Amino acid sequence: MSLDQLYQQIILDHSKARHGSGLAGIAAPAGASMGQSHQLNPVCGDEVTLRVAVEDGKVAQISWDGEGCSISMASASVLSELAEGMTVDELHAVIGNFREVLRSRGKIHADPEILGDAAAFEGVARYAARVKCAMISWVAAEDALNQAA
Amino acid sequence: MALVSTPATLERAVPAMDNAEVLRIRNDFPILGQLVNGQRLVYLDSGATSQNPLSVIEAEQEFYEQRNAAVHRGAHYLAVEATEAFEDARQTIADFIGAGYAETVWTSNATESLNLLSYALSNAALWAAQGRGDARLKDLAVGPGDQIVVTEMEHHANLIPWQELAFRTGATLRYIPIDDAGALRLDMAAEILGSKTKVLAFTHASNVLGTINPVQELVALGRRAGALVVLDACQSAPHMPLNVKELDVDFAVFSGHKMLAPTGIGVLYGKQDLLDVLPPFLTGGSMITTVTMERAEYLPAPQRFEAGTQRISQAVALAAAANYLTETGLDRVHRWESELGQRMVAGLESIPGIRVLGPAAGQERIGLAAFHVDGVHAHDVGQFLDSRGIAVRVGHHCAQPLHRRLGLTATTRASAYLYNTTDDVDAFLEAVAGVRSYFRV
Repeated sequence: MSLDQLYQQIILDHSKARHGSGLAGIAAPAGASMGQSHQLNPVCGDEVTLRVAVEDGKVAQISWDGEGCSISMASASVLSELAEGMTVDELHAVIGNFREVLRSRGKIHADPEILGDAAAFEGVARYAARVKCAMISWVAAEDALNQAA
Repeated sequence: MALVSTPATLERAVPAMDNAEVLRIRNDFPILGQLVNGQRLVYLDSGATSQNPLSVIEAEQEFYEQRNAAVHRGAHYLAVEATEAFEDARQTIADFIGAGYAETVWTSNATESLNLLSYALSNAALWAAQGRGDARLKDLAVGPGDQIVVTEMEHHANLIPWQELAFRTGATLRYIPIDDAGALRLDMAAEILGSKTKVLAFTHASNVLGTINPVQELVALGRRAGALVVLDACQSAPHMPLNVKELDVDFAVFSGHKMLAPTGIGVLYGKQDLLDVLPPFLTGGSMITTVTMERAEYLPAPQRFEAGTQRISQAVALAAAANYLTETGLDRVHRWESELGQRMVAGLESIPGIRVLGPAAGQERIGLAAFHVDGVHAHDVGQFLDSRGIAVRVGHHCAQPLHRRLGLTATTRASAYLYNTTDDVDAFLEAVAGVRSYFRV
């Protein structure tokens, strides 16, 4: 597999222009129930703090702060863009699907109908050492959703 | 009649290593011949683990094919053969570092060596408190109010065992800081070390900065304080001539897998008079004289610290690795690798957006360089290099406090060994020069 299949344009773009990035600068909607989760990958130092605001069973907003490689930062950006407006159950299902694809070592293809832009991370599944990079913000979102519930 | 003879002292100058010799050396390392991602493998991760020459692989295989048995017991032929191979290996390694035979203790790796030592020292406190063992244990015991001193550039393996020793004994852990260029602040070391200092532990050469620490000065400071001096030789023993007696350290540790040997074998060197009085860490078979249901008496070093069946084939393989290095000549290896290190740093410094950690080009360093690429995470750098067949290490290299001190979380490190050519370094530099444009920085 070539490097370009791992670092797809959409990933490189999101790693630069990060959607939802900056906890301090993004005000949480009033009255929403909040959840926040901090995740750290001790191997490479990737770190994400992600906050989710839930209103009427829907994800009203995801915002996050993070430091790490392009895969981890792009993944958090794509997630926050994708999740807004989904119901909590829908987001849980998408996170489950994303995890399944990434842990499949390339055996399960990503379905853009379900994953949207996050399907671009399909190539990461072939690099065992990078799966955690792509997953870190999704694990944080799952944890934050459970807290907001 | 005049006799014409050549004085014995007039030795032929041994030529320095060059690419032609390295290419011959590479033939001894089967793993280096393969393609990675369709490209020639450029292995620049020997600081993490090194590759094995055929002579090492064959030594281990030969042991299993012809001599395998438990050592130090059994009256049969193979037991004698195995014991001989195992103890001959110890002598080879003792000679390799200028130590005595009984001063050379087998461990699994340097990490285990340091843990063994730190537990032996806290056991010394327990023994001394109960009047057990040699009277000198009172002086060796670490206790409340005592100090353990390390440096800010240590690998976690030479930091955490001392943190835990401080925790177990009530001692205080202090560290010698580094300056912005990565050199130890010896002026502050002189202030920190005092009569309360029981242990001074430091690395010979930094696995991140590439600096070679001034062992002589540090040993002198340690001696003045009356401290035990512990040398982490993981990045020196494989790469340069090392003589523990000349350096006058009390203990030294290193790992086999970083010096052409398999994993699972390491060494703890300790001065005989210290090893013979220190209590053991692991206890059990093969390290005792008399055992009753109530208590046991222990053998002197090295057996005192070698409980249970040992890593016999690995020890034999480590000796083969030491022989390989000795035959090549460690002074020559050191010079060659220093050249490669200089080539790396000079090349990296000329690439925009690269910050090299540690000494600048032209200043002494071992054959490795860790660096930060502005705007690109180390993991992405490593991935990019891997796609070109170049193997490097990314992350904090088991030195989080050092990285934090330098304002970084992760860096990329290239580390050379005697099987790397200048072409390897150039391929690495060429690839690094392409990183920032690939990631559109």
